[in-house]
Amino acid sequence: MSDIPILVDHVTRRFGATVALDDVSLSVAPGQLVGLLGPNGAGKTTLLSLVEGLRRPDSGTVRLFGRDPRDAVARVRLGTTPQETGLPASLKVREVVEFVGAHYPHPIPTAELLDTFGLTALAGRQTGGMSGGEKRRLAVALAVVGRPDLVLLDEPTTGLDVDARRILWDTLRAFHAAGTTVVVTSHYLEEIEALAERVVVVDHGHVLADAPLPQILGRVALRRVTLALEAPAAVVDLPGVVRRETDTSGRHVLLTPDADAVVRELVRRDVAFRDLEVRTATLEEAFLALTREVAA
Amino acid sequence: MTAVVADRTPARAPRISGLRLSVVHFRYGFLETIRVPMAVLGTMLFPGLALLFFVVPQRVVAGDPVAAAAATAQLAVFAVMSTSVFTYGIGVAEDRAQPFDPYLRTLPSGPWPRMAGRVLNGTVWSLLGLVPPILIAAFLTEASVTWGQFLAGVLLAMVSGVPFLLIGLTIGYLMSSKAAVAVAQVVVFPLAFAGGLFLPPESFPGWLDTLSTYLPSRAARDLVVSAVTGDALPATALPVLAAWTVLFAVVTAYAYRRDEGRRFH
Repeated sequence: MSDIPILVDHVTRRFGATVALDDVSLSVAPGQLVGLLGPNGAGKTTLLSLVEGLRRPDSGTVRLFGRDPRDAVARVRLGTTPQETGLPASLKVREVVEFVGAHYPHPIPTAELLDTFGLTALAGRQTGGMSGGEKRRLAVALAVVGRPDLVLLDEPTTGLDVDARRILWDTLRAFHAAGTTVVVTSHYLEEIEALAERVVVVDHGHVLADAPLPQILGRVALRRVTLALEAPAAVVDLPGVVRRETDTSGRHVLLTPDADAVVRELVRRDVAFRDLEVRTATLEEAFLALTREVAA
Repeated sequence: MTAVVADRTPARAPRISGLRLSVVHFRYGFLETIRVPMAVLGTMLFPGLALLFFVVPQRVVAGDPVAAAAATAQLAVFAVMSTSVFTYGIGVAEDRAQPFDPYLRTLPSGPWPRMAGRVLNGTVWSLLGLVPPILIAAFLTEASVTWGQFLAGVLLAMVSGVPFLLIGLTIGYLMSSKAAVAVAQVVVFPLAFAGGLFLPPESFPGWLDTLSTYLPSRAARDLVVSAVTGDALPATALPVLAAWTVLFAVVTAYAYRRDEGRRFH
């Protein structure tokens, strides 16, 4: 059995006319903590569904520990989370854990797992009566009950308060430290920043970037400099600007990793500008810049 | 935390057997059903109540050992039929709408243990549905059968429930949960009336009796009634039951694949 947790090779997947994944290749080595970053609808969930064996690629191959993920044996080493809205409402917390654990050869004993995730006091409660945060914790606990070598988490902290998010992040880091491979999807840069060592940026079914976190941060953590200009030609060759456009009111928008340097350069060149405004670029804006980079 | 992560098992046993997983699915499916008792209670109690209100007061029927046994057999068939169509039809449609359903497919198990657990669960509820009419017949009517007839009747009521199980699965895999509730009712009650489960077919006009012969409910009724009364089994019963079973096995397979293709292709 191969020990490469995830191998995706030239995979294309369409839904009708929509191309969800377009010739995507990606491999995840044992022990990596990978963040899959992209806006909603980028193809992250489709990619996970292929790795989980829920769907089939139209072309290309997907391997989970060297096997076809649609083969149940391949999934013995895989842990995923249900959506917290989808837990069987009438079953008790303890029962859901035992039910899922029964699918694995060496599940973590229920009491131990509930203790780890701070759910011991809720063991006898029906899942329908839990708060959103509690359900989320249970969902993540289910991902690890079978002592998986690979954990896939789709938007794990969406809707969690700050404390619950911290607890979850600490838990994931602990699993990672013990050698578990973890893949987390998110459309929040903050979440990926807190967790991932390697970041894969996905949008419109393409892998736009795949690099260590600091490198991605440098490309995605952009500043948006807005200003009105008398002579637009003055900003055409500004260094450090990854994207340039005009907004609806005709002002110029410059996306740059270093807004200070851009402003300093404008002043040094004695460019006549007014209405200067600097703010953090949204992830969507950063993605657009990355898409252009790829196209260029 | 450390306790959990330090205790990793390097050598991995093969996955859990399908048989063991089927029992697991049955156990938790049963728990889910019993926690929302109204879902099954109505279906379970109706045949008993029908017997109590429409058969017990009629001394002509209730006082006759054979007629009472036949009336009970008819309602036993109804109990199995309605439990099957409702639990499988609505149960499958509801599960398909839940995000927990795709999650279960990421666990190391194929689809069969879940199906086996579901059928086991439906079988248990069908058997439980037979209890009220049998008790009412035993204590409040003159119905009299031998142990052999009794066991044959129960067994045949369950076996002749197979086409209804398949009709239920077809509804569940083809329809949304709201539509499934409506369609299950539209299917069950006309089939029950026209199949002679509420009124004996002897009281039917000729055209209805002829039509009735080709219905699975009528075939199941004839099978079970002949087992408990010793009446001759009409030659049509077994072929009709077999034909419906084959037909709906094919339709169920189609519905299942269609659903798979939509959600998991």
